[in-house]
Amino acid sequence: MQGTSTQQPLLETRGLTKIFGSLRACDGIDLAIAPGEIHALLGENGAGKSTLVKMLFGSLEPNGGEIRWKGNSARIANPNAARKLGIGMVFQHFSLFEALTAAENIALSLDDDTPISTIAAKAKALSYSYGLPLDPDALVGDLSVGERQRIEIIRCLLQQPELIILDEPTSVLTPQEADKLFETLERLRAEGKSILYISHRLEEVKRLCDAATVMRHGKVVDHCDPRKETAASLARMMVGNEVNAVVRPPVDGIAEAPVLLEIDDLTRPPATPFSIPLRHVRLEVRAGEVIGIAGVAGNGQGELFEAISGEALQDDPGAIRIAGTECGRLKISARRKLGAAFVPEERLGHGAAPRMKLSENLLLSRHSTDARAYVGPLGVIRSGAIQATAQRIIRMMDVRKSAEDPEAAALSGGNLQKFIVGRELDRQPRVLVVNQPTWGVDAGAAARIRQALIELARAGSAVLVVSQDLDELFEISDQIAVMHNGELSKPIPVAEATLEKIGLLMGGAEPGHVDHGAEVA
Amino acid sequence: MRIELVKRPQHSVLFSALSPFIALALTLVAGAIMFSLLGKNPVDALYYYFIDPLRETWSLHELAIKAAPLILIAAGLSVCFMSNNWNIGAEGQFIMGAVFGSAIPVLFPQFQSWIVLPLMLILGLVGGAAYGAIPAFLKVRFNTNEILTSLMLVYVAQLFNDWLVRGPWRNPQGMSFPGTVRFHEYAVLPEIWPEAGRANWGFVFALVAAVALWFMMSRTLKGFEVKVLGQSPRAGRFAGFSAGRMVFFAFVVSGALAGLAGISESSGAVGHLNEKISIGYGFTGIIVAFLGRLNPLGVIAAGLVLALTYLGGEAAQISIGVSDKAVRAFQGMLLFFVLACDTLIHYRIRFVGARAGAGEVAQNV
Repeated sequence: MQGTSTQQPLLETRGLTKIFGSLRACDGIDLAIAPGEIHALLGENGAGKSTLVKMLFGSLEPNGGEIRWKGNSARIANPNAARKLGIGMVFQHFSLFEALTAAENIALSLDDDTPISTIAAKAKALSYSYGLPLDPDALVGDLSVGERQRIEIIRCLLQQPELIILDEPTSVLTPQEADKLFETLERLRAEGKSILYISHRLEEVKRLCDAATVMRHGKVVDHCDPRKETAASLARMMVGNEVNAVVRPPVDGIAEAPVLLEIDDLTRPPATPFSIPLRHVRLEVRAGEVIGIAGVAGNGQGELFEAISGEALQDDPGAIRIAGTECGRLKISARRKLGAAFVPEERLGHGAAPRMKLSENLLLSRHSTDARAYVGPLGVIRSGAIQATAQRIIRMMDVRKSAEDPEAAALSGGNLQKFIVGRELDRQPRVLVVNQPTWGVDAGAAARIRQALIELARAGSAVLVVSQDLDELFEISDQIAVMHNGELSKPIPVAEATLEKIGLLMGGAEPGHVDHGAEVA
Repeated sequence: MRIELVKRPQHSVLFSALSPFIALALTLVAGAIMFSLLGKNPVDALYYYFIDPLRETWSLHELAIKAAPLILIAAGLSVCFMSNNWNIGAEGQFIMGAVFGSAIPVLFPQFQSWIVLPLMLILGLVGGAAYGAIPAFLKVRFNTNEILTSLMLVYVAQLFNDWLVRGPWRNPQGMSFPGTVRFHEYAVLPEIWPEAGRANWGFVFALVAAVALWFMMSRTLKGFEVKVLGQSPRAGRFAGFSAGRMVFFAFVVSGALAGLAGISESSGAVGHLNEKISIGYGFTGIIVAFLGRLNPLGVIAAGLVLALTYLGGEAAQISIGVSDKAVRAFQGMLLFFVLACDTLIHYRIRFVGARAGAGEVAQNV
């Protein structure tokens, strides 16, 4: 820490507390950010990071404690007040209008009525000076996620903040784009600006940050210098105990194993003006293996998932084969009956109905495959049977809940995900397609889900995992394919895959040029 | 000080049960204020509205007659609304059910047999269902807003019926009054217990339909499908349910029951078809459905309450001279309070004291 003891902190919180009902989301948080420091805020999902940041940015009002800005007590009533103080924030989920240009989006967030052309010129100059080139006249809808993030960062920088809060900024970037962002952040630090950097990626925190505050269950558990820690020791602080490493036993004779999921020249026009068309996607997943699909968010992964699950039908029956059966024209229930199971990215409102009990949500995906067990004459639901299965899944996946059979919306995201994954694993499906299996799930539960996916594959099923988390894909996949702009690369065996190779494919490099590209990078 | 609504983590079971009663109480208070402003004694007015009609057996039969169509319509609508389809046209489906069913005794008066009545009831169901299927088709095929189409079709049905009973179907011996011939004995829905009062089998149909729909909604896979598609369409699609088919199902079920209510009214309580066959049952049914918490069993209780406002309105008109428009005002207030009180199920009220200062740094070092 660069002499913080002698220097007055830029921002300091003392005993900051936020209570939601009976939950102490933030409990007596002490935090000090020095000027010219990149300060990491580490913690698992649900540790209280977002709540803390929302209080600092004025979106939530604290129940107790104090925020001090440059040594003075401050009350931050709303984001506007935060901006006036000199606090800027780049959110994980962007708030941009896709049908407007970059400059128009920036203009919307500014209070004064500066003409758009002036803003565009300023934004362009600023973006080039920080090495984040941006075309102010480009329509946001045409931009990649990384470019959209640049708009958010430039928008924030235009207000000349002294403290910039970044919420999981690299979760939507390719490794190469992330490197560029780090350079920018280091320049900002050199200019004396402070950055509060929220992440759960320990390697980048070690590389970038000067200080770290670790949170767990709403409390600060440690302050440390991340450069002096190891990734394992940081993980231990975050989780509170050792995380079991995922074991991926080798498979033999995969080349002879039957193909259980086959995608053959799948093409799909865009469903809406801003969705991605699928272009000639081909993939074979064999019994016993896990194939991972990497890619920056919004490159057609969601569209691919819908096409495989049968929520969107294909014109060509042969575009999708499950266990050898052509099912391009079959709906999701028919595909499930062929032995397939699906876990979508969104939990509430897609994988589960928010206002329904867990036992009813069990029925959601299994009413047709397990009709004999769960539905009696006259279509009467056998509530005893679904209750029993739901409780079995809750025990198997260690789902933490507040009531015997709560509504899905009452569970935390991670616990609901454990239930949804468990609901499909409980069927022992021959083909499992999962989109973002551990997004928002705490480390312990994530390891459990990953291990379960590998075990399902090794027991003879085909598993396809779509994920934005490269570490996860390297951990569980036997082969990794990359999705970019609706095209899917050939899968690369994980032994031959490197972060650089995958990163270049994520950025849109031609599959054939990967090796050259890797040298350049 | 300001009032804030804070979202509850889980919906409140207590307020789910309590909210209709709070709404009723607020309606009574607001009603009392309304009568005072009209220069009437509010205690008298409320007595004639809500107590007087319950004092005689014949009057209870009248209550059942008024409640039957409301319960039939609202039970169907509760299923429809649960599936997130907004059928505002039950009034039109009610009229078309009455028109279809009345066709037999009006067009074939010589056809007299025990089978006439069952046929009329079936035609009533079919007529309402077919008329309900029109907005369903428009929604599925052209993505038309069903609230508008179903509402506009009400006016079409009203004018069509008006033309029929003044034109081709008018009773030649009717002294030029609009209306068809009186139905013959085989075409009349019998009374349940003629010695005690006029209530007919329509009330039994209503109870049976409400119980059957309650069973469907709470115990069967079909009811589950209705609820899933109504709450989260995407989860419904993930479950393999078809949203398009659900639109038809919802409109056909609610239309058929409204049609049955229509033919029960014309062949039971009225005895012929005239231009005023509905006194707004289809619209009041919407209030009944919401007051009954979109639960078919709750609808039975709610239907009786709303039927009481009709009878009470007549009683109050006769005894203290309140305009019959007061009934509509009452019903409107009731719906307003019901919807407002439902907020309490998902939100709780918090009073926040006013505090000054908006984010400036306090200069108290």
